[in-house]
Amino acid sequence: MFKQKNYLALGAVVIVVVLLLSLPTRATDRLKLAVGSWFLPLFGLASAGQQLPVDLADCVLPRHELLQQIDNLRRENQQLRSQSVQSAAIARENDQLRALFNWQRQSPWKLKLANVIMREPANWWRTVQIDLGSRDGLRENLPVRTAAGLVGRVSSVSLTRSQIVLIGDPNCRVSATVENPARDIGVIVASGPVDTSLVDLTYLASSANLKAGQSVVTSGLGGVFPKGIPIGQIVDSRSVEYGLYTDARVKLNANLGSLEQVWVLMNPFQ
Amino acid sequence: MNLFQTILVLSAAFIAVFGETVLSAPRAWLGAQVDLLPAIMVFAALNTGLATVALLAVLGGLWFDTFSANPMGISILPLMLVGFPIYLRRDLILRNLPFAQFVLGAAASALVPALTLLMLLSGGKEPLLGWGTLWQWIVMTAGGAVATPFIFTLMDACNGALGYKLRTEVSFRSDREIRHGRILK
Repeated sequence: MFKQKNYLALGAVVIVVVLLLSLPTRATDRLKLAVGSWFLPLFGLASAGQQLPVDLADCVLPRHELLQQIDNLRRENQQLRSQSVQSAAIARENDQLRALFNWQRQSPWKLKLANVIMREPANWWRTVQIDLGSRDGLRENLPVRTAAGLVGRVSSVSLTRSQIVLIGDPNCRVSATVENPARDIGVIVASGPVDTSLVDLTYLASSANLKAGQSVVTSGLGGVFPKGIPIGQIVDSRSVEYGLYTDARVKLNANLGSLEQVWVLMNPFQ
Repeated sequence: MNLFQTILVLSAAFIAVFGETVLSAPRAWLGAQVDLLPAIMVFAALNTGLATVALLAVLGGLWFDTFSANPMGISILPLMLVGFPIYLRRDLILRNLPFAQFVLGAAASALVPALTLLMLLSGGKEPLLGWGTLWQWIVMTAGGAVATPFIFTLMDACNGALGYKLRTEVSFRSDREIRHGRILK
């Protein structure tokens, strides 16, 4: 049973593991990129398979339905144009006031749309991978959001894809402000491994006056996430550590379980 | 055991890892992603050689960690530590019985994530843990247990349809056969 070749095989595997675990982070990232590229044909097949029903549906969609959609889009476009004119006037006014008070001028966020191509296979992390990489200008720690709210930040970047560590993962902590009169500030941390829609807002002042439904946004502290990105709403709160501080549960605005497309903020602090 | 079986096992692991990264239905319905690598490892340990078991542990672990936030290589040792004892004791296991496959699949699917988490915690990492982890562990164990007999059936079918058996040399030679009986002239 205990032959020499068995021990040799086990020893070889242990040596491989030790070598891999002792590699520097940069080498590990390169190795991940190289090994991940083996899967490119499968991802091509999968995306083609997903596109096929869409193409088929496009072929069989009746003309009157298409015309109706065009009509709806035209109306929506007109509404958005009028809103855009209005917001441009507000932005001008804002700039004038900022100039009057000698405040720094804010430039609008530059956003890049990305598709979510992979999800974390392990249950103890919350990450996804997107189809933008360093060749698209992405770098580490750029904030990622959807129209609904904050999603996470870019944790590692390869040439063609990037890993996003989602809000609620132990490696993604966010400084957040509750939109109440006191503007209480806390830190968003992981809540539990199963429910991706809930996170904990911790280290709030013990005197924090929290009510269910109050909005939570990014505070701008910490140097990663700009101020004012919506995160979620307070569900409930409790006093912890013998009243030393307050914890609250926050229901996230963004649905992390069914992410398909996300926006990467390319210039969060300009 | 032949090369085709090794290729089949590695292909199954490759597709399993790919499936785990693109299919989010188990996570949405059950709150956990089912890992099929331990179930494939049970098949490999019972039906293939030690080289295939080691290759599956190394490549399967590498592929899994490539798409995960795990440190590269951390999933290799748990897979090997599950496959190796099964390989050593396989002569004593009734490998053709679905119940035996089910039990081995459950044990492997329970052990691999537990060992991986243990290694992560030993390495100073902070994975997402809580009471919900217990539920995820049960789902992974049950999922792996149910999947193992199916994987055996599927692999045997693939092997029967596409594989080949090595031609065995026998000591019998017809030209050296001793003919008994009366010699007819």
